[in-house]
Amino acid sequence: MGHAGLKLELTSDPGQLQKAREGIEAWIRGIGWAPHDIADMVLAVDEALTNVIRHGYQGATGQPIYVTVDALADRPTGVGVQIRIRDFGRQVPLDKICGRDLEDIRPGGLGVHIIKSVMDFSEYRHISDGGTELVMRRYPRPKQEGDQAKPAGPDPE
Amino acid sequence: MSDASPLKIKIDRNDRQCRVTLAGDVDMGSAPVLRKALLEVIETPFDRLVLDLAGVNYIDSSGVGTIVELRRRTDRSGGDLVLAGLQERVRSVFEITKLDKFFTILDDAEGNAAT
Repeated sequence: MGHAGLKLELTSDPGQLQKAREGIEAWIRGIGWAPHDIADMVLAVDEALTNVIRHGYQGATGQPIYVTVDALADRPTGVGVQIRIRDFGRQVPLDKICGRDLEDIRPGGLGVHIIKSVMDFSEYRHISDGGTELVMRRYPRPKQEGDQAKPAGPDPE
Repeated sequence: MSDASPLKIKIDRNDRQCRVTLAGDVDMGSAPVLRKALLEVIETPFDRLVLDLAGVNYIDSSGVGTIVELRRRTDRSGGDLVLAGLQERVRSVFEITKLDKFFTILDDAEGNAAT
C-alpha cells in the first residue's frame, strides 16, 4: 500500500493533545482523506486520549500513552485507517465504557459517544500486564450535510 | 514538542449586552480556563451573551461540555445565550453530540440570524 505507519509516544498531559492532533492530521492528510474525514478522526483520537488522561490515569501527568496509526487495505471508498491507543493506567471496567443518552443534556460523558459515532469500529480491551488498548478503524465516508455522525457500515473485519 | 496553544478570551460588555470572543483550540487543557472566565462573566446580569467562536479552530467534548454548563447556568440566571460564527469543524461536534438543537446558533460572528 505504501503508507508507512505513524507512532506517537505521548504522556498524559493535556498539553500533549495538540501535538497528537497535529501528528494524526498530518499523517491522514498524507493518505488523501477529505477534510471532514480528517476532522472526525482527529476528534476521535483527541477524545480517546482525553479519556485516558481523565479516567485511566485519573489526571496524573507524565504517564505513557502510545498511539499507533496504520493504513488499512484500500477499498473503493479509499484507504482506511486503524489507530491503536495503549495506556498503562487504571483498567476501567469495559461495561462502564459506553456513550450516554444524549437526551440528557449535561456536561461530560460525550467522548465515547463521539468515538462510536465517527468510527466504523472501536473496541477497548484490558491488557494482561496492565492498562488498556483501544482499537479504532474508519474508512472514508461521503460528506453528508448535518449528518456526519451516521455510521458508514459494518466493521471491515 | 509543542505545548497547547493558549486559548485567547476577549470579553466586551456594553450595558447588558455581552460578547465573549474566543480564539484558539478548546480542549481538555484549555476548557478549565474558559470555564473560569465564563463563570466570571455571568456573575454580572446580562440580557444577551454572544459567544463568538469564529476564531476557534478546534473544539472537543471538554469544550462543548463547558458551553453546556454555561447554558444551564444562564437558563437559571436569565439572559439569552447565543453561539455565533462556528467554523464547520466546530459545528460538526455540536451536530455529532446533537447539541446543535439545544443552542441558538447564529450564522456569523456578528450574531446575525441564520437564513
